[in-house]
Amino acid sequence: MDDLLQEFIAETRETLEALSGEIVAWEANPSDGARLDAIFRFVHTVKGSCGFLDLPRLARLSHAAEDVLAAVRAGDRVPDRALVNAVLAIVDRIGELVEAIDAGSAIADTGEELLIAALAEGSAEVAQTAQPAQRAPSRSVRLNVELLDRMMSGMSDMVLARNELARRLREDNADPAIEAALERLSATVSDMRDTVTRTRMQKIDQLFSPLPRLVRDTAAALGKSVSLNIEGADVELDREMIEVLRDPLVHIIRNAIDHGIETPALRRAAGKRENGRLTVSARQSGNQIIVEIADDGAGIDIDRVIAKLVAGGRDERELRALSDKARLDLVFAPGLTTKDEVSDVSGRGVGMDVVRTGIEQIGGRVELDSVAGRGLRIAVHVPLTLSIIPTIVVGVGEQLFAIPRQAIEEIVTEYGEAIRVDQVGNSCVVTVRERRLPLIDLGERLGLAGGKPLPSGRMLAIVGLGVGSFALAVDSVLDAEELVIKPAAPAVMASGLYAGQTLPDSGRPMLMIDCAGIAADAGLRFDRAIGADEDAGDAVAETPGIPALLFRDLDDMVRAVPLAVVDRVEQVDADAASFTAGTLRLTIDGQVLPLAALGDIGGRERLGVLRLRDDSSEIGYAIADALDIVALPERISPPRAPGPIAGVVLVDDEPVELLDAHWLFATHAERRDAAPGAVRIVDSGDGWMSIFLRPILEQAGYRVVTTLDHEEGTLATLAFDDAEIAPGDAAPVLRLRRQRIAAAGADGSIYRYDRPGILAAVQRQHAGGGR
Amino acid sequence: MSGLYLVAQLAGRTVAIDSGQVESVVDIGEVTAVPRTSAVVRGLAALRSRVVTVIDTRVALGVPAQDAAHRAVIVHVDGHHYALLVDALEDVAPFALQPLANGIALDPAWASIARGLVERDGEPMLAIDLAALVPAAAAAAAVAA
Repeated sequence: MDDLLQEFIAETRETLEALSGEIVAWEANPSDGARLDAIFRFVHTVKGSCGFLDLPRLARLSHAAEDVLAAVRAGDRVPDRALVNAVLAIVDRIGELVEAIDAGSAIADTGEELLIAALAEGSAEVAQTAQPAQRAPSRSVRLNVELLDRMMSGMSDMVLARNELARRLREDNADPAIEAALERLSATVSDMRDTVTRTRMQKIDQLFSPLPRLVRDTAAALGKSVSLNIEGADVELDREMIEVLRDPLVHIIRNAIDHGIETPALRRAAGKRENGRLTVSARQSGNQIIVEIADDGAGIDIDRVIAKLVAGGRDERELRALSDKARLDLVFAPGLTTKDEVSDVSGRGVGMDVVRTGIEQIGGRVELDSVAGRGLRIAVHVPLTLSIIPTIVVGVGEQLFAIPRQAIEEIVTEYGEAIRVDQVGNSCVVTVRERRLPLIDLGERLGLAGGKPLPSGRMLAIVGLGVGSFALAVDSVLDAEELVIKPAAPAVMASGLYAGQTLPDSGRPMLMIDCAGIAADAGLRFDRAIGADEDAGDAVAETPGIPALLFRDLDDMVRAVPLAVVDRVEQVDADAASFTAGTLRLTIDGQVLPLAALGDIGGRERLGVLRLRDDSSEIGYAIADALDIVALPERISPPRAPGPIAGVVLVDDEPVELLDAHWLFATHAERRDAAPGAVRIVDSGDGWMSIFLRPILEQAGYRVVTTLDHEEGTLATLAFDDAEIAPGDAAPVLRLRRQRIAAAGADGSIYRYDRPGILAAVQRQHAGGGR
Repeated sequence: MSGLYLVAQLAGRTVAIDSGQVESVVDIGEVTAVPRTSAVVRGLAALRSRVVTVIDTRVALGVPAQDAAHRAVIVHVDGHHYALLVDALEDVAPFALQPLANGIALDPAWASIARGLVERDGEPMLAIDLAALVPAAAAAAAVAA
């Protein structure tokens, strides 16, 4: 509380100094609305602060002055000389009291009643009191932020100079004594740098810590009950930002409790919990800090706002014609209040226009999101200038980038255990311990020629965005560093990929990646297609009976397939499916799978594909959407004739066709009988073996290799009669000849277009027990 | 109207830059590239403790880029410092600004930065607003898209 008091004193003192000019100007021209507003804001702020600092005398004075000024603003009173003097006398008295509080001395409250009485209409002018001159020595020094900036920039120069010195000394193989001295200098410089940096940074907690008390007191004064929930108190923010945010935050919270949250009786009637709920949270998003104040009260009553403004002389039709958002923004109109009575807490509407002015002055903005009867959410966005952000420094190609550490859930290597990367259509997914995430390659996104693939694989940073997570592939992860991030030039920020720039100790500028921007650029949409699998894991564990995947088929029917045969569910471009060689096939992950479909693929851009697998073969099944995981009931009504449908089951009282996995595999799986083994072919440089012979052998079910696999061995080696054969395993060599007629001294070779002859020869090797 | 001008070679032409907008003249060291931005943005460079955005004026004026260019003029626009690469710097001298003569047809890139003419020993030079070469956010977005 002491800290708060000190803050209040320092701030009031500063404002008073700034205000002295305004006061003189107002005195000279009492009808000047801008001056009046400035003075009004001052007394309003003092009133607000006094309310929770428990300074009743100041509160009384400021409230009285505010009343009169509000009347002037509303046009009910004319600011004559007597009124101006009376207000100024109160402003002076506020100054005296503040100094007295700071010095710990007491001022008799005689005359304060007179000062207040003098505000009344028609009262006599008050005599100006003499300004007290003495000021107590302060325990803290208030520094100009510009001075801190200069200190900071000097510090950075010093670090750079030290780095250069160190580099030169290394090159010159300097005297160890000098190096030791440099070492000491380095340590001191680093220390200093931390200290100087810290002078500007504060945890937003400093802003949040007085809130519980404020909420409690405000709610109690209004006979309401409010529970406060604070999140993100350890977000760090520039000191200046914290000071600018302090008043707006107090105003918004008071407004929320006074106007937003209803009385317990009303809440009960509306079917809500008696306790109002207020959430204050801070988070960093890109290059902004967002402070959000959400209540579950009545929301903004726009009709009331408009009614008030109309009563104040605005044109109703014009107001009603505004868009929803613009109508909501009307609460920022100066001098607006929707409360009919003025309370001690809030209710002069000065709050919102003061809030917006303050935030906009520092390049921020205020967003409103109101749902009538459900509550109001106010998001205050302020820029991140000079915020220190913990980052992870990553390397892509030749370049380094910073990624905000709070966005990163974990970092894994591509070839780590329980990590699997798959190509899905033209994109990639990575499965990290049962969790399937889209994979974005940062180098590819940025158009940087990725370096040669490292033997250890890329590093994958799992980035959490709130709505979903994705994996960001980078070449290397170098360091964790706390960096001062500043906004980059508009031309750089326009790309939407960067959150700002920084100058680390290396002296080479570095960009910070905006993870949300990268995800948006890559076209990531976090929807069911990805989430379905994650859900599946949970659902299976709870479901008794045979689990099955429910999906919408191409012909719009809802069908089910036993989960056990589904290897995975993927989304592919419809182009990946094609009708070739007499059957529908799917090209995926560099292989061709037979594709079953009940319905027409044509006209779709994307296809869902169930990859079904038995112990030896794999087929695809085209679907529209995966829907859910369900437990199959025991009762299955069989179909009339065997076919793709095994029967009909009831799922949630709806009939659902169950796919016949047996029939699908029997009909569609590649006929690969008993997988006989491998055959080696030796090409003679003309490619005939690979181009002509290989498909024939594969069609017959043999696996074809060109090099020897010592673990498995081969059935036979096929080569032309003139080809040289690298020494191989024990498998016999079958020679092929190019001429139809065997040359004299037949060597048992086979004519190369004698298809049955070749297959029969290989078959003999197989039947003869292979190798 | 007379003022002090910095005479420089820009995209192969001699131009006069109002010295009022020149903060300093520097040699740019290593430049960190900024992927996926407008080609006009050469990258970022450290200048003492500041990060400056390096603008390739040759690209901005539609002339092929020259990797060798390291001389730059620092200007300050809307709270950001930019280093605009120039081919060479020649002189600082006072000149009288004259309006652009009628009938001088400049292509749009040059026209957008031209502010008038100055004359040095009978040789006319274009007086330019160097800051106008700094891409605005909207323009950069259009280029990136």
